[in-house]
Amino acid sequence: MSTFIQFVYFLVTVAFIVGLKAMSSPATARRGVQWAGYAMLAAVLVTFYLPGLHNYGLMITAIVIGAAIAWYLGKTVKMTDMPQMVAIYNGMGGGAAAAIAAVEFMRADAVHHSSVGLLAALGAIIGAVAFSGSCVAFAKLQGVLKKTYRVPQQNNVAFFLALFTFGIGLTIGFSSHPGGFELTVFFLLALALGVLLTLPIGGADMPVVISLLNAFTGLAVGFEGYVLANPLLIVAGTVVGASGTLLTLLMAKAMNRSIRTVIFAPITGEAQEAEGEVTGSLKEYSPDDAAATLRYAQKVIIVPGYGMAVAGAQHKVWEMAQLLEEAGVEVKFAIHPVAGRMPGHMNVLLAEAGVPYDKIFDLEEINAEFAQTDVALVIGANDVVNPAARTNKASPIYGMPILNVDQAREVLVIKRGKGTGYSGIENELFYRDNCHMVYGSAQEVVARIIQRLKELEA
Amino acid sequence: MDGMSALFIFMLAAFTGYEVIARVPVILHTPLMSGSNFIHGVVLIGGMIVLGQTPPDDAASLAIGFIAVLLGAANAAGGYVVTERMLAMFKSNKGAGESGR
Repeated sequence: MSTFIQFVYFLVTVAFIVGLKAMSSPATARRGVQWAGYAMLAAVLVTFYLPGLHNYGLMITAIVIGAAIAWYLGKTVKMTDMPQMVAIYNGMGGGAAAAIAAVEFMRADAVHHSSVGLLAALGAIIGAVAFSGSCVAFAKLQGVLKKTYRVPQQNNVAFFLALFTFGIGLTIGFSSHPGGFELTVFFLLALALGVLLTLPIGGADMPVVISLLNAFTGLAVGFEGYVLANPLLIVAGTVVGASGTLLTLLMAKAMNRSIRTVIFAPITGEAQEAEGEVTGSLKEYSPDDAAATLRYAQKVIIVPGYGMAVAGAQHKVWEMAQLLEEAGVEVKFAIHPVAGRMPGHMNVLLAEAGVPYDKIFDLEEINAEFAQTDVALVIGANDVVNPAARTNKASPIYGMPILNVDQAREVLVIKRGKGTGYSGIENELFYRDNCHMVYGSAQEVVARIIQRLKELEA
Repeated sequence: MDGMSALFIFMLAAFTGYEVIARVPVILHTPLMSGSNFIHGVVLIGGMIVLGQTPPDDAASLAIGFIAVLLGAANAAGGYVVTERMLAMFKSNKGAGESGR
């Protein structure tokens, strides 16, 4: 029986890797996650037959409650709230890894090799950090937590807290029977570390942080797999840890920021003091003005951002684009790698609305085209079109590749209000002579533009 | 399992994770992150093993083991639904005869 179970675990491991590979191509992505899903189900079923297990009642109760709640929330949540759902489910995985470590620590009969104690402690810290960090990320994306906080000497405090927690973790990992008080302090400190690391990080860096925490959880799962001598957990966890790290690096590269600067020198509005004065004035357009400008252009490039996601305006935006195309205007969509709150966030939303792939372009593909474009329509994006990233060395986003919308003949910006964007940085683009602002929720403004476009045709 | 072969497994798995997603298009970044989030939901298996091995009279360990299974199950189930929903949108698009990029 045991050999059979190990063989099923082996097949599950293969299915996970093949599924992940399939998920990296649009044609096979859906099949990939389904294979992985069946594999997960098989793994859970055979685990019930592992020899020497008890407490089946508790096990089944926990699985049913946890899975039912998560399934229901995952099914019903709005598409725009997906990023925070990924964050919170990821946090739960980290929490589970930390809890596994806790039970292993408390086992009276445990024979701890030094490597087991070390990896259990590491997995516990990383898992707890992923848990509390993901909760903070969830709170920020959900809008519950709006500000960033820094303690004085943030980096030093974090460093010594991490060192101290790791020290306690090692004593726990190597002692044969750690006390309850010691364990409680250890886990509280590890949780505090996760909060401390994520609280100062602003919204602009959130995609990178979620991806990093995802990689953390993978690593924690891999380490706990070693503690449990379970190769399935080791391989699946490590594969996610490695691919998550690569994904994090790709994202950070797109923002021209290293992981170190994201964590230790987060973007905040404070750096604003160093910037020069913004000259010019904000010029406002009504949605009707915007409709006419778009209708009589030859070529329009639409740049969506988080504002479109918040307003849930992607369907309206595509309807507007189709109306413009019927009127003979060439319409393209330009997507910055870190637009929104996760990489590919905008692609997902536009796909939901039914925009074909061949109208959607990456930054490198389309940046040269802005100079031959009549109108660049920015919908709820801010930092990813801020020219300060090219010119102003004092700006915290200096060096980040941006979409060169300012090179278009005219720029229209749909924006909720006059405030700064999520990262709190002023955008000089809005003050340029060729830029006009259309204030309002993306949903309402675009609906009004659509109505006006129809009137112009009639 | 002895430490050395585990080290080899760690190393090979790390390279696998790196290679498997090395050429993923930007359009799939979010679903892929979500998909890998689902895959580390395999931690559920670990939770089931520790809860199952806990003596039925050890209340503290039972409680923490219960939490491990609960959180692991939520990670796996939630991660799957979210990923599947995201990818379902890409499929409806492919039906229109568009080529993937």
